[in-house]
Amino acid sequence: MVDRKYIPLLVTIGLFILMFLAGSLRYPGFLSAQVFMNLLIDNAFLLIVAVGMTFVILSGGIDLSVGSMVALTTMLSASLISQAGWPPAIVIPLVLAVGTLFGWLMGAIIHYFQIQPFIVTLAGMFLARGLCYVISIDTITINHAFYTKMALSKIRLPGGSFISISVAIALLVVLLAAYLAHFTRFGRNTYAIGGSESSAVLMGLPVARTKMLVYAFSGFCSALGGVVFTFYMLSGYGLHAVGLELDAIAAVVIGGTLLTGGSGYVIGTFFGVLIQGVIQTIITFEGTLSSWWTKMVIGLLLFLFILLQRIFTARSARSRPA
Amino acid sequence: MKTRWWNKPLFWPLAALGILFLLNLLLKPEFFAIRYQSGHLYGSLIDILNFGSPLAIVAVGMTLVIATRGIDLSVGSLVAIAGAMACLTISRGNDQQSLGLVLSAVLLALAVSVVLGLWNGLLVAGAGIQPIIATLILMVAGRGIAQLITSGQIITVTSKPYNYIGAGWLLTLPFSVYLVAAVFLFAAWMTRRTSLGMFIESIGCNPTASRLAGIRSRSILLAVYMFCALCAGIAGLITSSNVSSADGNNAGLWIELDAILAVVIGGTSLAGGRFSLAGTLVGALLIQTLTTTIYMLGVPPEITLVVKAIVVMAVCLIQSPSFRRSVARGLPRRPIASRQEVSGHG
Repeated sequence: MVDRKYIPLLVTIGLFILMFLAGSLRYPGFLSAQVFMNLLIDNAFLLIVAVGMTFVILSGGIDLSVGSMVALTTMLSASLISQAGWPPAIVIPLVLAVGTLFGWLMGAIIHYFQIQPFIVTLAGMFLARGLCYVISIDTITINHAFYTKMALSKIRLPGGSFISISVAIALLVVLLAAYLAHFTRFGRNTYAIGGSESSAVLMGLPVARTKMLVYAFSGFCSALGGVVFTFYMLSGYGLHAVGLELDAIAAVVIGGTLLTGGSGYVIGTFFGVLIQGVIQTIITFEGTLSSWWTKMVIGLLLFLFILLQRIFTARSARSRPA
Repeated sequence: MKTRWWNKPLFWPLAALGILFLLNLLLKPEFFAIRYQSGHLYGSLIDILNFGSPLAIVAVGMTLVIATRGIDLSVGSLVAIAGAMACLTISRGNDQQSLGLVLSAVLLALAVSVVLGLWNGLLVAGAGIQPIIATLILMVAGRGIAQLITSGQIITVTSKPYNYIGAGWLLTLPFSVYLVAAVFLFAAWMTRRTSLGMFIESIGCNPTASRLAGIRSRSILLAVYMFCALCAGIAGLITSSNVSSADGNNAGLWIELDAILAVVIGGTSLAGGRFSLAGTLVGALLIQTLTTTIYMLGVPPEITLVVKAIVVMAVCLIQSPSFRRSVARGLPRRPIASRQEVSGHG
C-alpha cells in the first residue's frame, strides 16, 4: 500500500502518462522521445518559474509577480545587451540579482508589515510590468552571439533526440529545488510555516528569514525563467509572459501541492508543467481545435484536482483523532 | 476608545483622492472644467465617472465577497462572457434595433453571469474550496468560454438601444453613472437596512461561529457570489456596449485586480469581517482619477502601472497597523507578528 501522502502526486503522474498515451494512440508520430523533449523545450521557462512558485505556495503564500518579473528580465537583458552593449557575463548575474532582491523586498514587506501576499505581489506585478514600459514600449531584439548560441545549440541525447541548454538549466533547477525542499533546514522550515505559521513561530523557527528567502527564491526563479525565456524568444518585450503567473499556479496545483500550504512536492510541479504542455501539444496535433481550448481544459483539470485535494484533506482530517 | 479622525476608514482614501485633485488643480486646472453642450455635460470629471463605471460596479460586488473573507478572481472573465453573450444574441437577431431583442440579450447575459456566480458559490460554500482557488478555475476557463462564444472573433453589433447602455446619456449624465448608482444603492440598502450586512460580516469574522449562531452561511455565501457575478455581468454589458463589440480576449482584462485594489484602498480588510461600500466607491474613483490624471499630465500611459503600484503599496502600508507603529518608533528589531503570536498564545 502506498503512503497516502503520495496519492495526489501519483494521480498527477498517472494522468500525464495517460494523456501522453492517449495522444500517441490518436496521432501517428506523437509517441516519440522528441515530442516529449519538445514539451520540456517549450516549457523550460514555465518549469523554472513554477518551481519558485511551489516554494511560495508551500509556505502558504502566493506570488503574482512572476510573469511580470520574467518580462522585466527580458527587457533589462535586451536593453543592456543590445542598447548599452554590456557583455552577457555581467548582465545575466545582474538580472538574477535584481529578481532576487525584488522577491526579497516583497517578502520583507509581507512579513514585517503583515500585508497579504496577494496584495504585495500584485503591486510587485504592476511595478515590474510598468518598469518594462519605462525601459521601452517596443520590442528590443537581441543579436548577441552568446544568446543566439544558447538559443540554437542542442544537446544530443542517446536515441537521436535533443534538448536545448534551457532544458538542462530547468532540470538542474528542479533537482536543486527538490534537494532544497526535502534535505535542508530551509525546506523543512518552509513546510512548517505553510502548515501553521504560529506553530512555526512558537517552535522558534526563523519564520522571518525563511519567508523572505522563499520570496527571494521565487524572484530568483522568475529572473532565471526570464533569462531562459530570452534564450527562447531572443527579444525583450513588456508584453512577454502575460498571465504566466496563472500557468505557474495551475502547474503547482495540478502537481498536487495544497494551496493552503504545507504539503506538496517539487516533482509534482514538474509533472504539472508537463501536463499543461501535453494539452497544448494535443491541441496542436488535432489542428482543428483552437488554442482557447487549452484554457478550458486547464480550467477543468484545475477543478478536478482541487476537488481531489478537497476530498483528500477532508478524509485525512476525519481520520485524525479529534 | 474613541476613533480619531485619521483612523476613520474613509479618511485615507479620501485624502489620497484629495491629493490627486490638488495635483491636478496645480498642474492642469482645466481638469475641473465641465462644459454643457447639446444637453450633455462634458469634462474630465464626467469622463472619470463614465469610464470608471464598470470598475465601480465590479468593485461593489467584490466588496461583499471580500467581506465574507472570500475573493472573486473570475470577474474579468465574467465581464468578457457577459459582453460576448449579449453581442452574440444581438448579432443573431433579425432586427438589431428592436428593443425586445436587446432586452432579451441583456437578460440572457445577466442570467449566464448569475449561473456562473452560482457555480463559484457552490464551489466555495458547497465544496468548501478556498475562494481564491475556486474562482481561479473560472478565471482561467472563463476566457476560453468567452472565446468559444465569440468563436475567437470580435463580434460587432450596430444596435442603437444596446449602445445606449454604455454610451447613452440620461438627464445630462452618462447612463452608466445611473447604473453605478443603482447597484451601489441596492447593495447599500440590502446590507445596511436589512440584517444581511451584519450576517455577511459575521461570516467573514468567523464562519463556524456564525453557522452555530443560526446564520445560514451557505445560502448567504451563494447569494453574495451570485451578486458579485451579476455586477460583473452588468459591467460587461457596459464595457461591450460602449464600443458596440465583444472581445473575448481583452474585455475586462485585469479588472479583477483593479476591483480588489479599489476594495482594499477603500478600507475593506482582505481578512473579511468588515466592509465599506462607500470606501470602495472612493477607491474605484481614485484608481480611475489616477489613470485620467496620468493621461492629462502627458506622462506616457505605460507608466500608469508603476504609479499604480506605488499608490497601492503606499495605501496598504498606511493602513497596516504595524507599519504605522514602526514609523512611530523606528523599525522593529523583532517581527511584530511573532511577538503578537507568542503573547497571544502565552
